[in-house]
This record gives sequence, C-alpha cells and structure tokens, in this order.
Amino acid sequence: MTALWIAIGIWLAAWALNVWLSASPISQTRLGKLLVPLVFGATVLVLWEGLVRGLGIAPVILPAPSAIAAKIAVSLPILWQDFAQTILKGAIPGFLIGAGAAFLVAIAIDRSPFLQRGLLPIGNFVAALPIVGLAPILVMWFGFDWQSKAAVVVVMVFFPMLVNIVAGLQASERMQRDLMATWGASYVQTLIKLRLPAAMPFVFNGLKIASTLALIGAIVAEFFGSPVYGMGFRISTEVGRLGLDMVWAEIAVAALAGSALYGLVALIERWVTFWHPSQRH
Amino acid sequence: MNRVLPVLTVLTGIVVIWYAAAVWMNAAWVFDQAQRAGQEVTWAEVIPQTMDQPRPLLPPPHQVGAELWKGLFGQAVTSKRSLVYHGIVTLKGTMMGFGLGIVVGVLLAMAIVRFRVMDLSVMPWAIISQTVPIVALAPMIITVSSQLGLSGRDVPKAVIAAYLSFFPVLVSMVKGLRSPDQMQLDLLKTYGAGEAATFLKLRLPASMPYFFASLKVAVAASLVGTIVGELPTGAIEGLGARMLIGSQFGEPLIMWAALFAAAILAGLLILTVGLVERVARRRMGVPA
Repeated sequence: MTALWIAIGIWLAAWALNVWLSASPISQTRLGKLLVPLVFGATVLVLWEGLVRGLGIAPVILPAPSAIAAKIAVSLPILWQDFAQTILKGAIPGFLIGAGAAFLVAIAIDRSPFLQRGLLPIGNFVAALPIVGLAPILVMWFGFDWQSKAAVVVVMVFFPMLVNIVAGLQASERMQRDLMATWGASYVQTLIKLRLPAAMPFVFNGLKIASTLALIGAIVAEFFGSPVYGMGFRISTEVGRLGLDMVWAEIAVAALAGSALYGLVALIERWVTFWHPSQRH
Repeated sequence: MNRVLPVLTVLTGIVVIWYAAAVWMNAAWVFDQAQRAGQEVTWAEVIPQTMDQPRPLLPPPHQVGAELWKGLFGQAVTSKRSLVYHGIVTLKGTMMGFGLGIVVGVLLAMAIVRFRVMDLSVMPWAIISQTVPIVALAPMIITVSSQLGLSGRDVPKAVIAAYLSFFPVLVSMVKGLRSPDQMQLDLLKTYGAGEAATFLKLRLPASMPYFFASLKVAVAASLVGTIVGELPTGAIEGLGARMLIGSQFGEPLIMWAALFAAAILAGLLILTVGLVERVARRRMGVPA
C-alpha cells in the first residue's frame, strides 16, 4: 500500500506545483506552456505505477508503466518491424494517395459548381459514415499484405479531405477574386496565387483529421487478415495470449506515431500558412 | 431545392460506375469458370452472369439492395439474421457511448474554462488522446472488462465510443463557454451576478450553438467507435459483428448489407441530432 500512498503524495505535490505554475507568470512563456502538461503527464504515470503496485493489480488487467517500458526495451526489433509494416507501408502511402486523390478531384470539379453542389452533401455524409467497415471488403480485394491496408486508408482519408479542400477553394473573398480579375489573371493564375493559398488552412484542417484516421484504418484493417507482423496483428494476437504488456508497448508506439504524424502536419501548417491569424501569436 | 438535381446526378454517376466496376471485377470469375468448362464466352454472355453471383467480388447495387431489404424487412425483427436486430444492438452501444462522451466532454470543458491549471495540464493531453488510434485499445478494453467481471459487451463498446465522441464536444464546449465577450461578462458583474449565475445565465446559453454543432460530429464518431468495438474478438451481435462474420465466412453480400445498414443508421442519427438542434434553437428563441 505504501507505493500507492507515495504515488498519491507525489500526485498532490505535482498538482500543487501545477496550480502554482499556472498562476505565476511563468505559464505565459513557452517553457511554462510545455512544462505544465509535462508535469501532469509524468504524474499520471507515477499514479498509474503506484496504483498497480499498491493495489497489486494483476498484469493481465493493467501492467505497470515500468513493466511496459521494460517490454519496449527488450522487443525493439519486433516493434520496429510492426511499425514499418503498419505505419510506413500501410498508413503513410495510403494517407498520401488519399489526400492527393482528393486534391485532384477537388481541382477537377472546381470549375463545375453543379458537380460541387452534388458532391459536397454526399462527401459530407460519407465522411460521417463508419468507413472502417469497408476494411474486410478491401482486404478481400487486395490481399493480406500492406496494399489492402493502404487501400483502406485511402478510402477513409479521401472524403474528409475532399470536403475540406472544396470548402477551402471557396474560402477566398469576392473582393480578392475581383481584384485578380481586374489584373487580368487567368483561371490558373487565380487558382495558384490566390485560391490555393487561401484554401491551405482548410487543407491542413483536413490533413490533421486524416492523420489520425490513417492510423485507425491501417490498424483495423489488420484485424481482418495480415501477414504475421504488423501492429494490428500483434495487438489482436497478444490480447488473445493475455500479453498485455506487449499490447501497451504497441499502443505506446501507435500513440507516438500518431502524435508525430499530427505534429508534422501542424509544423508544415505553421510554415505554409504563416499568414493566417491562428498562427500569429 | 437547387441541390436535389446535382446530388441525384452524382448519385446516378456513382451507381453507373459501380455497375461498370461490378462487371469488370466479377467478369474474371465468369471467364475462369468458362475456361474450366472449356467454353468460350462473349461479353454479351458475361455481363448477365456478373449480375447475380452468389459470392461476387463486388456485388452490383441491386444485389446489395435486395440483401439489405431482406435483412431489414424480410424477417422478424427479433431474428438473429435481421439487420434491424443488429442495428438496435449497435444503436444501444452508440447511445451509451454518446451519452457518456457528452457528460465527460461537458464536465471537462467546464473544468477547463473555470480553472487555468486544468486548461494548461489537461487540454494538450486531450488533443494527444485523439492521436492514439483507439481501435488499438479496442481488443484490450474488451478483454480487460471481461476480466473485471463485466460479461456483457455493452460497457467496453460504450467506452470506446465515448473515447471517440467526447473530444468534439470538449473542443466545442470550451470554445462556446468562452464565447461571451467582455462586455457581457461586465454587464453581469454590474448586476452582482455570482460565478454560478454567470455560468447558468450567460456562459451555458451562449455555448449551445457550439454544443449542438459538435453533437453531429460526436454521434458519427460514436457510431464508428461502437462498430470498431464490435469488430475484434468474435462479437456475435451488432452491425460490426455482421461485417466480421461476412468477412470470415466469405459472404460479401452480408458485409455489404451490414455496411449499408450502418450507413442508414448514421444518416438517421445525424438527422435526429439535427432535429433536436432545431427544436432546441427554436425554444431558445434563435431564429432557425
């Protein structure tokens, strides 16, 4: 029990520290904005460890963070192999193809308001559907290897991206477009110099949504058949063997990969849409 | 009304492409059969044969429609083969997760708006939580809850659904509760309103449009979560389980019918939320 009390003590102390930090001027700085959530995250881990040790929770229900870290340390090659299969071969190519295809379709229907009015409601509706359900069908079509995973990701990413890009292409203002017209700008010039840059905040909004969808799609598709490696495969088999420390190790990798992908998109966004009010702090 | 014609055109286009794809993809099987029988087949003979195979690679729309009709209306609602029955199981999980997600999202948003320390410590983790592919957790949540003595699948499904649906509610509510501007807050201060009164009479009503906007996203996310929660580890009830069964037994028609039933359910849920929103807005005196 002492482990639990120590953990709770640390938790309270850290919470007090956070309360003090967020009331002090430090929290206005960049460092403070990073420090407070980090302290919070660390104390959650400490509390988790204390709970598991103090209450003697069986590792088949919830392994301690230290046990998960130990498992990660000894199974790095397996984790890397799974990561490469699911993320590098499944999620990322699917993400790029899906987003690229949505971009091309959005440009293609850009000159036809008729098609846009038809496609937008359908795209909006399909974007809200449980597309994950297509996974078994696509696995049947494309086989068990990464191609089917990438295909699932393409379909999942496509519609949210399409809706966002089409909305983005309409984001430039009438005045701005009129100005381009008075300069005698052609359709392509207006597209490249005004409307595409104006669409970028929407595009990145879509990309952020798509980045998490991509991981979900790639992992779920592996539940329906995969080679004997891959994150989804590992998770479902290890759950069957009650090897929960390995499952958590995979989840840690997935969380890291998801956050990294999201962070990368956000970073590129800051670089591309530096002019947007939300980026000017 | 000016959207009906374009939408119908696009839908027709999709159906045409679908038929063409069905012919193209299912033809391989017909040619294969003919070759084994030592016959030559022309395209005129092939096309009808691609339209009603028992296990088509891509079932044409009318086959899916027939299977869907059979599943929805062809049998008693209580039958295990009825899509209505499975749809209700999924709907139950969705609603439980949706409710839980709303409660968690609203409570977290209230705490975040009220306490700066919560804003700084919890908000970044709420964002990170959504980059974790929850489906990775689905099989584990199911096993763990069964070891904790929860034999039903309702709770794990609801947890997964809530995990996906709390986030849109949280983000919108934080925005909504912060939407009253300084003038309005100052006015309430001159009235001598306390914190509770400011919350109940200004912040909460001001957040309602944001709240309802987030509900549509949340209910769709909740349905996705429920279906994903039904997929792994051999569930037998629910639309997700039907998809899994179709996949495991190589019955594409079951998969497609379950998929479309899920789409119909999603449509109904979004419509219902939209209706509730409209009623609520009218009662609050907002011109619809």
